[in-house]
Amino acid sequence: MMKSVNGFTKKIRSTLSHLGRRAVVLFVLISMCMTVLTGCHGSKNMAEFAVPDSFDTGKQIEVVFWAKNDTNARQTAIYEKAVTDFEALYPNVTVTIRLYNDYSKIYNDVITNIATGTTPNICITYPDHIATYLTSENQVLCLDDIMYDEKYGLGGSELLYNGPTKDEMIDKYLNEGKIGEHYYALPYMRSTEALYINKTYVEKLGYEVPDVVTWDYIWEVSEAAMAKGADGNFTINGQNVMIPFIYKSTDNMMIQMLRQQNAGYSTAAGEVNLFNDTTKEVLSTISAHSATRAFSTFKISSYPANFLNAGQCIFAVDSTAGSTWMGPDAPLSDICSDDIISGIEVVVRPIPQYDTENPVMISQGPSICIFNKDDPQVVLASWMFAQFLLTNEVQIAYAQTEGYIPVTSKAQNTQEYIDYLNNSGADNDLYYDIKIASTKLLLDNIDNTFVTPVFNGSASVRDAAGQLIEKTVTSTRRKETIDDAYFDELFANIQSLYRLDQIEGGGRDGAVDLGPLPVGARVLLISLGIVWLFIIIYQAKLLLFDNKRKR
Amino acid sequence: MKKFNVVLAASAMALALAGCTSVDSVEDAVNEAVDNAVEQVEDTVENAADDLQDAVDDAQDAIDDVVDQIVDDPAVKSEGVISYADYVAAAVDDEVVIECYVQATQSWWDNKISVYAADVDGAYFIYNMECSEEDAAKLTEGTKIKVTGFRAEWAGEVEVAEGATFEFLDGNYVAAAKDVTEFVGTDDLANYINQKVTFTGATVKAVSYKNDTPGDDIYVTLTINDVDVEFCLEYYLNGSDEEFYNLVGGLEEGTTVDVECFLYWYNGADGHLTAVTVK
Repeated sequence: MMKSVNGFTKKIRSTLSHLGRRAVVLFVLISMCMTVLTGCHGSKNMAEFAVPDSFDTGKQIEVVFWAKNDTNARQTAIYEKAVTDFEALYPNVTVTIRLYNDYSKIYNDVITNIATGTTPNICITYPDHIATYLTSENQVLCLDDIMYDEKYGLGGSELLYNGPTKDEMIDKYLNEGKIGEHYYALPYMRSTEALYINKTYVEKLGYEVPDVVTWDYIWEVSEAAMAKGADGNFTINGQNVMIPFIYKSTDNMMIQMLRQQNAGYSTAAGEVNLFNDTTKEVLSTISAHSATRAFSTFKISSYPANFLNAGQCIFAVDSTAGSTWMGPDAPLSDICSDDIISGIEVVVRPIPQYDTENPVMISQGPSICIFNKDDPQVVLASWMFAQFLLTNEVQIAYAQTEGYIPVTSKAQNTQEYIDYLNNSGADNDLYYDIKIASTKLLLDNIDNTFVTPVFNGSASVRDAAGQLIEKTVTSTRRKETIDDAYFDELFANIQSLYRLDQIEGGGRDGAVDLGPLPVGARVLLISLGIVWLFIIIYQAKLLLFDNKRKR
Repeated sequence: MKKFNVVLAASAMALALAGCTSVDSVEDAVNEAVDNAVEQVEDTVENAADDLQDAVDDAQDAIDDVVDQIVDDPAVKSEGVISYADYVAAAVDDEVVIECYVQATQSWWDNKISVYAADVDGAYFIYNMECSEEDAAKLTEGTKIKVTGFRAEWAGEVEVAEGATFEFLDGNYVAAAKDVTEFVGTDDLANYINQKVTFTGATVKAVSYKNDTPGDDIYVTLTINDVDVEFCLEYYLNGSDEEFYNLVGGLEEGTTVDVECFLYWYNGADGHLTAVTVK
């Protein structure tokens, strides 16, 4: 071994003596080039954006906007009007909308288009998703500078419309767009989840509806509703279908149940704590009520609203942004009018709680993400359109389409919006009472809302949380044994399925333990060190030799 | 006899050559004649063997045809596989093993594919079956598969739940579309759930794009026998057929059409369109 090392040393010495200083210079140059190239790995990365001094109104600019709606034609119309109004102000800008009704489809398409360099200019998305987009450097526009820009920033002097200033943005919502220490998303609308209750049936079962419902209460009433008559039909509704409690988003269900108990889920640094004993307890409870069929999910049974309106469900948890589908008089419906049970009273409450004194619920809703492009004028136009979506006209109109709330105090405090809230129940359309009740629910609980930590991989943790419930319910219905061994296996499978053990983090504070360097990297670094050592020795010897000669 | 003639001819040739050439030449001629003779004999034997092999192959083909007919009979189910009637009667969340023939598939994604399948007795919708991209390409119309999964119902649609597994089997069958126009407005229509069916003489009542813009599903309401029936051009089924997409998207209210579809169910009949004929 020693012999071969000596041989290697001799070879290097020999080579260096032949090449001399030129080799050193060459080596340094190559090293510098490599360093530069390493910094821009992949051709997908773009230069950082700098806010132009002025917007070039003489240049034709096309902006592509991938928007999300809730299968609600009014939302589409509002987007289209926003585009028309914006284009009237900036005739050199053309905005093209592509509509989606599923966040995950936007996410998948963005990921695909990042690879091909064909992302849209703007898209509606979740911060969780942006964290993944950020793995490609400079693809997503960092808003730190442009947001404060005097001319074009929030409420900027050169804007041709009356947008909100930074102070008029609701801080809590603005901060939800922060990843690490930087802003990457603007909030567009905010919602939460609500519990829609068939009050008529609850009272028929001998219970009252409290202001805040506990989990124990909801399980108890749900089980009571499972009683059947001699004809085999459910006593409560006289039908052969009754699923007392249906949850639309099981991701949210698990996240909120853990948060309400201060149990682990994930940390800002990307540490996944979802697989814990509290999770097992939650799943055990859910399993017990799935076994009796008192509980089901959207994925297993379909939309909670359809069952609620058909008198086949008593507790439906869905987004406040789905409130226009809730109740027998709802303006939107997916089922035949003959199947709707008229005369049932539906009321809105916060999602079930463990501690009714300190309710906790999720904050959700669309955010706006802007993509960096080679032409700063295009990016500036995109930013200005994104900001246009925060003007009162767009904010108030869009918030009224569902149980959303505007993300600016500027819009929330207008007389127009206050009048809208005060007219609850004036009709079953714009002033639909259940929609406005769910809106007020969020307005009253802004301080009780939370978001989960955002990092590269947080979207997978969210999916995993929901999948734990879906799998447990499915397995229970299929009469599998649900015990500790089942949960251990389930945890292992879900971790593997969503590659949660490979999450590298990159959290809000950027404090991520990257672990030990790979072997290849270590070998390379050691080799470089050895080469440099020989170069230094060689140079030292030359210097010594020169000095000796001088002497 | 042939052999004798050949040897005789060779000998005669050798003797004739012997009279006018050297000994070496005679030897060469004899060798050549013998080689020719052997070649002819070999050819004869080979031909006979080929004839025999052909006869054996023909017999084997005939046997295979008979076996295939037995195996391919879509009415015949393997052991452990339930009939369509048992599938329909199974409870939600019961494990089911079915044999069926692919009629169409939706687009493959993330190792999952939704399959419209049928046998001679009825039809199946297999939602998000586990499937590699390579296998998805082999799920062509008529392909026989054995599916293991759980029975489910989602908004009235009877289906094999997400996560079913499958294996390819030998066999091929394509179900003919049945005209079910007469059953519109009756409970009997549900007996044809998931089957390829046709409705004739329908009137277009409304056409709308999902999200109000082209590029996704198209919802079509047709009036048939004075009853409104919902249909959908399911983008993942045939959205890539631009001509068909434009035809459906461009249907105008009041137009009379015949339609063919897979009779999907979503809170009522909601056929997934496969063909539309404007009358």
